[in-house]
Amino acid sequence: MAAISHRAGGDPAARFESRAATREAPWVKWTLIGVSLAFFALFLLMPLAAVFVEALRKGWETYIAAIVLPDTLSAIKLTLIAAGIAVPLNLVFGVAAAWAIAKFEFRGKHFLTALIDLPFSVSPVIAGLVYVLMFGAHGWFGPWLYEHDIKIIFAVPGIVLATVFVTFPFVARELIPLMQAQGRDEEEAAVVLGANGWRTLWHVTLPNIRWGLIYGVILCNARAMGEFGAVSVVSGHIRGETNTLPLHVEILYNEYQFAGAFAVASLLALLALVTLGIKTWVEYRAARTGQDDASS
Amino acid sequence: MSRQTRVLPGFGPALGLTLTWLSLIVLIPLASVFLRAANLSLSEFWAVVSAPRVVASYKLSFGMALGAAAINSLFGSMLAWCLVRYRFPGKRLIDALVDLPFALPTAVAGISLTALYAKTGWIGQILEPLGIQVAFKPAGVLVALVFIGLPFVVRTVQPVLEDLDVENEEAAICLGAGRWRTFRHVILPTILPALLTGFTLAFARAVGEYGSVIFIAGNIPMVSEITPLMIITKLEQFDYAGATAVGEVMLLISFALLLLINGLQAWAAKRTGRDR
Repeated sequence: MAAISHRAGGDPAARFESRAATREAPWVKWTLIGVSLAFFALFLLMPLAAVFVEALRKGWETYIAAIVLPDTLSAIKLTLIAAGIAVPLNLVFGVAAAWAIAKFEFRGKHFLTALIDLPFSVSPVIAGLVYVLMFGAHGWFGPWLYEHDIKIIFAVPGIVLATVFVTFPFVARELIPLMQAQGRDEEEAAVVLGANGWRTLWHVTLPNIRWGLIYGVILCNARAMGEFGAVSVVSGHIRGETNTLPLHVEILYNEYQFAGAFAVASLLALLALVTLGIKTWVEYRAARTGQDDASS
Repeated sequence: MSRQTRVLPGFGPALGLTLTWLSLIVLIPLASVFLRAANLSLSEFWAVVSAPRVVASYKLSFGMALGAAAINSLFGSMLAWCLVRYRFPGKRLIDALVDLPFALPTAVAGISLTALYAKTGWIGQILEPLGIQVAFKPAGVLVALVFIGLPFVVRTVQPVLEDLDVENEEAAICLGAGRWRTFRHVILPTILPALLTGFTLAFARAVGEYGSVIFIAGNIPMVSEITPLMIITKLEQFDYAGATAVGEVMLLISFALLLLINGLQAWAAKRTGRDR
């Protein structure tokens, strides 16, 4: 996931459309736009629209009924708990990692950056598998955990661990390029003027990276709440206990309760839309404040 | 970097926290996969990872991931081109929605695509009379992988297109080249490293994808089972050694792809650095 972001603001296309040398004939332009938009509508817009249409197929009453079910509410609660633990942990880690990597020189820096990105290139199923091998009944710590009556796999701690794993790089990889670009002059000035490390971090660094921070956190949160594969492996699918929202969608769907499955799915789709809305707003604000925060 | 006087505090704690957290969450768990399968002998390992059903899943996973990455490279770069070069109504909204597959949970995408391509779905009922079946067939896997891979190509190609020097194209025109020739000989070589990076990113993601695929694939043994599903199936049968063996194969491929991506990005950086 190299550069998820791009520059916001203005209308950069004007630069190309105003010059004869970089302008295509109208038929070329509109054919390209037409084909692109048809592809876009077919593969992105229709799946999004279908979620809401299917959710409301049997009317609002069925929709509301599916959402206020105790199993759905407990799935919402577990999803909030998992994201509520995973996101702050990865936020603290992300700031620490970016501080070490962006503000200091040391050997093996590129290697460390690559290792932080590792969870992005590992299949979510493997993310679940590794924790089963560590903490499952037949895993490394399985017998010890059993003796001490601690449950990690098929319980909430396993779900949290899997969520932390898949969302691991989000904050760090937004902040590292941003803090590298900003350099360390402002922090050094603060320290020379007598501020201690925490004060420098709090009053100089964090205000400078706020947009990148929000950006990383909302993407991290969206993934944390929506993760399916990794969580599915460690959850055990115990209704009302270890089901997150995406797993609850699967259960309802496999029981042919399509309206209910799509109703719950529509909540997650709304979350995705809100995430994209905030993301676009952050990019816009970052571009306006003259910082190049949101783009990496 | 000759100046090594560290004015700033906190290097030790920050690096310590980073390394500890990285080891606990990522490195040690991933290493356990390789230590664990040590209790399979080499011939046992080979028997597991070359079983016909597993081999069929590699073919499906890698074949469809390649196909989806190719489709996304074509349409994704076309979309990126339109977003950068042209003004048209609704552009900002489309630009924002390109990231939908990053934000939409994969399970939601999975059931939604299945509903669309089932016989009674919006798209399925058009394709059905034509004799084309997508849902619960290998083609369904392709559709799901196209969905999740699109933003990788768009978001890697788009910034490179934005940074293109207009002067190069003007020079090409002055030298008598048409727009198509300019595109092939001036623009395409510049965006090629980014395009290849996007392709590889989309491919790497598609190989490991699980949530969006399992609903639409139908999961018929030897026909439409993806490799991550083989791991899940083995885990459900308490065949931990088997699941680990297949997991190792996938991990090794992921590492190889990661190296390739890093190499491509280094090449891209060098290429754009030299051209500008």
